[in-house]
Amino acid sequence: MIRIWAIIERDLRRFRSSPTLMIVSMVMPLMQLVVLGYAFGGKVKHLQLGVLDQDHGGSAIKVRALAQAVAANAQTFNTVQYDDQAAALRDLRVGKINGLLEIPPAFSRKVMAGDNPRIALVEDNTDQFAASALEGSINQMLIPYNRPPVPARLTADATLSVVEVYPYVPYIQYLLPGTIVLAIFVSAMIGGGIIFIDDKARGLHEGYLVTPIRKVELILGFNLAGAAKAILSGLVLVTFGSIIAGIPDPLNLVRLARLMLLVLVTSLALISLMFLLMVRVSDPLVPRAIFGVLNTVLFFPSGAVYPIQAFPPWMRFITTIDPFTYAVHGFKQIILKNTGLMAISGDLAYLAAFTLISMVAATLLFRRTL
Amino acid sequence: MGAVEVENLTKRFGDFCAVDHLNFAVETGEIFGLLGPNGAGKSTLIRMLTTLVVPSEGTARINGFDVIKNPNDVRRSIGVIPQAMTSDLDLTAVENMSIFAKLYGIPREKRRRAIDALLRAVDLEQWRDKPVKMFSGGMRRRLEIARGLVHEPSLFILDEPTTGLDPVSRVAVWEMLESLKRQRALTILVSTHYMDEADKLCDRVAIIDHGKLAALDSPLKLKASIPGKNILEAGFSSVPPGWEETLRALPDVADVKAEESVFRISSNNGPRTTTALLEAVRQAGLTLTSLSVQSTTLDDVFVHYTGHQLRDALKESVQYSSSFMYEPKQS
Ligand SMILES: Nc1ncnc2c1ncn2[C@@H]1O[C@H](COP(=O)(O)OP(=O)(O)OP(=O)(O)O)[C@@H](O)[C@H]1O
Ligand SMILES: [Mg+2]
Repeated sequence: MIRIWAIIERDLRRFRSSPTLMIVSMVMPLMQLVVLGYAFGGKVKHLQLGVLDQDHGGSAIKVRALAQAVAANAQTFNTVQYDDQAAALRDLRVGKINGLLEIPPAFSRKVMAGDNPRIALVEDNTDQFAASALEGSINQMLIPYNRPPVPARLTADATLSVVEVYPYVPYIQYLLPGTIVLAIFVSAMIGGGIIFIDDKARGLHEGYLVTPIRKVELILGFNLAGAAKAILSGLVLVTFGSIIAGIPDPLNLVRLARLMLLVLVTSLALISLMFLLMVRVSDPLVPRAIFGVLNTVLFFPSGAVYPIQAFPPWMRFITTIDPFTYAVHGFKQIILKNTGLMAISGDLAYLAAFTLISMVAATLLFRRTL
Repeated sequence: MGAVEVENLTKRFGDFCAVDHLNFAVETGEIFGLLGPNGAGKSTLIRMLTTLVVPSEGTARINGFDVIKNPNDVRRSIGVIPQAMTSDLDLTAVENMSIFAKLYGIPREKRRRAIDALLRAVDLEQWRDKPVKMFSGGMRRRLEIARGLVHEPSLFILDEPTTGLDPVSRVAVWEMLESLKRQRALTILVSTHYMDEADKLCDRVAIIDHGKLAALDSPLKLKASIPGKNILEAGFSSVPPGWEETLRALPDVADVKAEESVFRISSNNGPRTTTALLEAVRQAGLTLTSLSVQSTTLDDVFVHYTGHQLRDALKESVQYSSSFMYEPKQS
């Protein structure tokens, strides 16, 4: 016991005297949260929509008026009038406009005749987000065009009414659970990966290995020391992240206690994964080389930034075994839905089992010789 | 029972034999030196003795414990200072020591006393609460020496403790080791590639070259065992034919080795040979371009037993210097 404590003590004392690295590991995910949260979360506005009217009839004027109204109110796009199709398409190609609304000749006549009138949207689909925003907004615009407000009457059309169970979740809040797990992972990578291997390369472990310490004691010591630092950055992220993301009542003590438990279990799972990966590595370049990839492979399949249901089967396999998945799920439950521990008992159980298995495997693989 | 008993100890890395069937014993209470150039296999040998490397062949017993069968007993009975500096720069002297004391499971009160006594012994009392990053190389080494002794081992194993230190610090380390040995009934096994260090510090020296034992004895006996008491190194303006034979014929000459126009003459009576040499030079109409007369050193012993000079071996073996994993690195 005293030996395990010695390993932890050494690590924490070192951390105390040069905490820069760990502080960086907390600040970076917070910055990422803010940048990603605002980069993706906002509504698309002020796209440039070219309008080419080749009809000039009454219906065409109505469409143009509706477009003007959108530009003035929702501001999804600004309209730019064109008379020449070639010029309009050229501008679309070079990116001066994001889309072109074409009102073909004889549009008004077809409307009058009930002969399947069409208008066309030529869009720059290299930017999916802008294109779908434009499409959505014009479709919306055509609804009042097709169905002028009429007195309420019985209709056979089925309509969908949406009930939102939770208050509106801005993207930055959706991102927060993943960001917390990422911060824990970054400090696991620094503490359990880079610092661990650097110490090994500098011969510090040689100093440990000539003492009568046992393998289990070493592994436990390394894991707990790493977890202590990971927990610290997890807690910083949980509190500051919640405040920054605007989670309602961020300092609720009951919720913080639940989060603390989840931070603890997540830290142990990720740090034990790290040590398992690093147990036979001695080249200091290895952790630096694999971390970028590891980060991607574990973070994105977890459903932290995009719904799991959209993944292909092979990726869902990673999702199933990835401890990130369970950690992210757990944090989403508690942070976004303020559930109790029962709702995340499966996540906690998986993470605990994962920790146990990784530590046992790391102990078996650990070599007490150089 | 010796403190260290080594039988046929061998380590191969693939086809390469780093330590080649070594046999020797270290007696309790002596300072035993392993002398050899870079890549001779000193660290590999020491790592086998300290249970860090598994031998390919042969056995070693430390204080009677087999390094393969009873590694934990071995670990408890030895203090080890690896070649790389392993003290923690961010921690203070006391913290560094206390953590190791804990790794050896020493209880608090005893720990405190042992640390105080050792810091005094290595003259670092005033620095006890200063972070090690403020220390010079020599102070760091002394701290590591103190750290290696916190659990009062009976055998102290040090791998090149003075490499990279300035001459003053080196002497300080020697003195420290000698006085510790006197106070604590220690047996010390130390590796080095400095001849003068082996000579001054060690009771007995094993000369190791390419993993093999080339010679083993006390420095005095080793020096006496090679021909000649003095070495004359003389350079000449030109070398006439048969000059080497002329030199051999000088009085009291034991051996002559030529290195281009410089000759190494071993003599049993330096002054007489020198006088005769000057006369021979005058008669032959040559001029001396250089001349030095020295007593035999372990350098000459090394040349005699290995067939090459230690300083050449050091140069040659730069390519060997092991992967950076084991290089002492400052960070
Ligand atoms: N793990 C290893 N794998 C392969 N070769 C090794 C390994 N460790 C050491 N060697 C080789 O064994 C030889 C002896 O190395 P060792 O470190 O024991 O030498 P040394 O006498 O301690 O030298 P130095 O003065 O440089 O410390 C060297 O040629 C080295 O390259
Ligand atoms: Mg060495």
